Amino acid sequence: MQALEYAMKKTMYEKIWDSHLVVDAAGQAPLLYVDRHLMHEVTSPQAFEGLRLAGRKVRNPHSILATMDHCVPTKNRDLPIADPIAKKQIETMAENCKENGLNLYDMKNPNNGVIHVVVPEHGFVHPGMVVVCGDSHTATHGAFGALAFGIGTSEVEHVMATQTLPQKKSKTMQIVVNGELSKYASAKDIALAITGKIGTAGGTGYVIEYTGPAIRALSMEGRMTLCNMAIEAGARAGLVSPDEKTYDYIKGREFAPSGDYWEQALAYWKTLPSDEGAVFDATVILDAADIAPQVSWGTSPEQVTGVDSVVPDPESFSDESKRKACESALAYMGLTPNTKITDIPVDLVFIGSCTNGRIEDFRIAADVAKGTKVAQGVTAIAVPGSYHVKKQAEEEGLDKIFIDAGWEWRDPGCSMCLAMNGDELTKGQRSASTSNRNFEGRQGKGGRTHLVSPAMAAAAAAAGHFVDIRKL
Amino acid sequence: MEPYKKHESIAALMNRSNVDTDQIIPKQFLKKVERSGFGQHLFHDWRFNDDGSDNPEFELNKPAFKGAKILVVGDNFGCGSSREHAPWAIADYGFNTIISTSYADIFYNNCFKNGILAIKTDKVQLDKLMAEIAANEGVKFVVDLENQQVTTPGGNGFSFEIDPFRKGNLLSGLDDIGLTLKHVDKIDEYEVQHKLDFPWLWA
Repeated sequence: MQALEYAMKKTMYEKIWDSHLVVDAAGQAPLLYVDRHLMHEVTSPQAFEGLRLAGRKVRNPHSILATMDHCVPTKNRDLPIADPIAKKQIETMAENCKENGLNLYDMKNPNNGVIHVVVPEHGFVHPGMVVVCGDSHTATHGAFGALAFGIGTSEVEHVMATQTLPQKKSKTMQIVVNGELSKYASAKDIALAITGKIGTAGGTGYVIEYTGPAIRALSMEGRMTLCNMAIEAGARAGLVSPDEKTYDYIKGREFAPSGDYWEQALAYWKTLPSDEGAVFDATVILDAADIAPQVSWGTSPEQVTGVDSVVPDPESFSDESKRKACESALAYMGLTPNTKITDIPVDLVFIGSCTNGRIEDFRIAADVAKGTKVAQGVTAIAVPGSYHVKKQAEEEGLDKIFIDAGWEWRDPGCSMCLAMNGDELTKGQRSASTSNRNFEGRQGKGGRTHLVSPAMAAAAAAAGHFVDIRKL
Repeated sequence: MEPYKKHESIAALMNRSNVDTDQIIPKQFLKKVERSGFGQHLFHDWRFNDDGSDNPEFELNKPAFKGAKILVVGDNFGCGSSREHAPWAIADYGFNTIISTSYADIFYNNCFKNGILAIKTDKVQLDKLMAEIAANEGVKFVVDLENQQVTTPGGNGFSFEIDPFRKGNLLSGLDDIGLTLKHVDKIDEYEVQHKLDFPWLWA
């Protein structure tokens, strides 16, 4: 009997999985129901084309919310898009959404912005949902206790046609973050520290649930930043169980349950957290107090260290493939072993992206930027994650702080996170970036990316090199 | 999708780990609205010099690997972005098989949607295959999906595990959506209950 009770305790992932199983028969992949489908212009056109060719229709248009973010310009948006191929992609998105009756926040819509910033702003994702998008950073929405993961374009087509996806059940990993973050460390630093600890393949095959007092203490924005980067540790999805902060955030937003439905939804959401004693396939434990502000030094998000540290020596890695990876990363990054992180200069600073493009990020960065001037030779750009973030920041006077400090204050978009829209590094340029990936060429061919938090980015802009913000 | 058939092909070697999809197909090529024509851009930033000429240092530019259908690579291949343009580029370039110890989850799924067999093996086995190719560039391996077997002239053959559903789809070349739509009555039933349980999502 005891064994049976033990077996019935479920993790949040298992609860969401079980409640979304449409078909679970021997000899085929389980079919999972999809509640919400998010879309942008880059990974959807071929899916619409596939539907058209097969004579299929979008099954539930109301389950879809679409935006344009990857290719959109972040300045002079009233002018036509200069790049004809990007223009075509943007126009195709508009046509596809119109033809299929989908809700699209196009480039000029006041709701426009980066998909993973926009969707929560409208309360479109709720706890317990299955959420997909042709974008690996869909993991962001795990912050609400939704199972949210990135899919490929064929799967985008599959979900449009069937509202389901054949899926293999993932293993579960619990990452416990104990203690309290120091004043100058943030959710971004937790995310980078985790990736540094378990590696970019550490979470492969797993869904991560983040637990512990340091996670509870994070705002919803912070939880989004953390879950956003679950994919950087290899996990398709990250989860934080919902609590009062989650409910308060959702309440009253456009797609939030209202009236009698609110209580009904709330009662359901409260059943979702992992049962006490539920078993995870793996557990990783960190202490928040040990997490210094992080700076990536290499070309993979696992190549990261504390700001008070130095660029590692390849010889310090006992694992041969890690040593080789370190050597080639240092060659690409133009860094020598044992250089102090705070001695690394920067040419460009970028605050924005689905990782760190929310109002809280700009408040924190503005607090650091206030009264400073961008160092000579440095370009600093602030790209709000959405028009709503932009408007809110302007109401709070944050735009003025950035502009007075010599920053550019832009329109929303993915911008320099992946440099598809013309905002990019030139060869050899070095950035401090609040985005999520420091892959070779990600921000422009030959560009060198250092991933940091918004506070660290703002401090680097003023100093012209990385700074230990705990000592400011 | 073309059914996957047993074949004997050149195995190309890329002894690199954590190759991300930004390297497989850099972002400047993601603006197209078609599925085809990505092969010419595969590994663009590694494969070509700034002036557009071939970079002779890049593995796949070696003449011995011309026409290879099998790609042998290091751990955690395809990490990062979900872009399906990565497997589109790999398939369009001519590869239909990848052999590694591990793949990122989204990339792995995307491969099978595009007729690419992504084989997982262990580190010891992979090292042997890499050594065999390094010692004899241009060597051909035989891949037999039906029997889940790879054979090599150097005697480093091995059998591999694969999910039966993925295997079946590759062998038949069947459309996933068509298979799922066989269960459309189950999806309808699920939705009836979904509307009762979560009326606010349908309001």
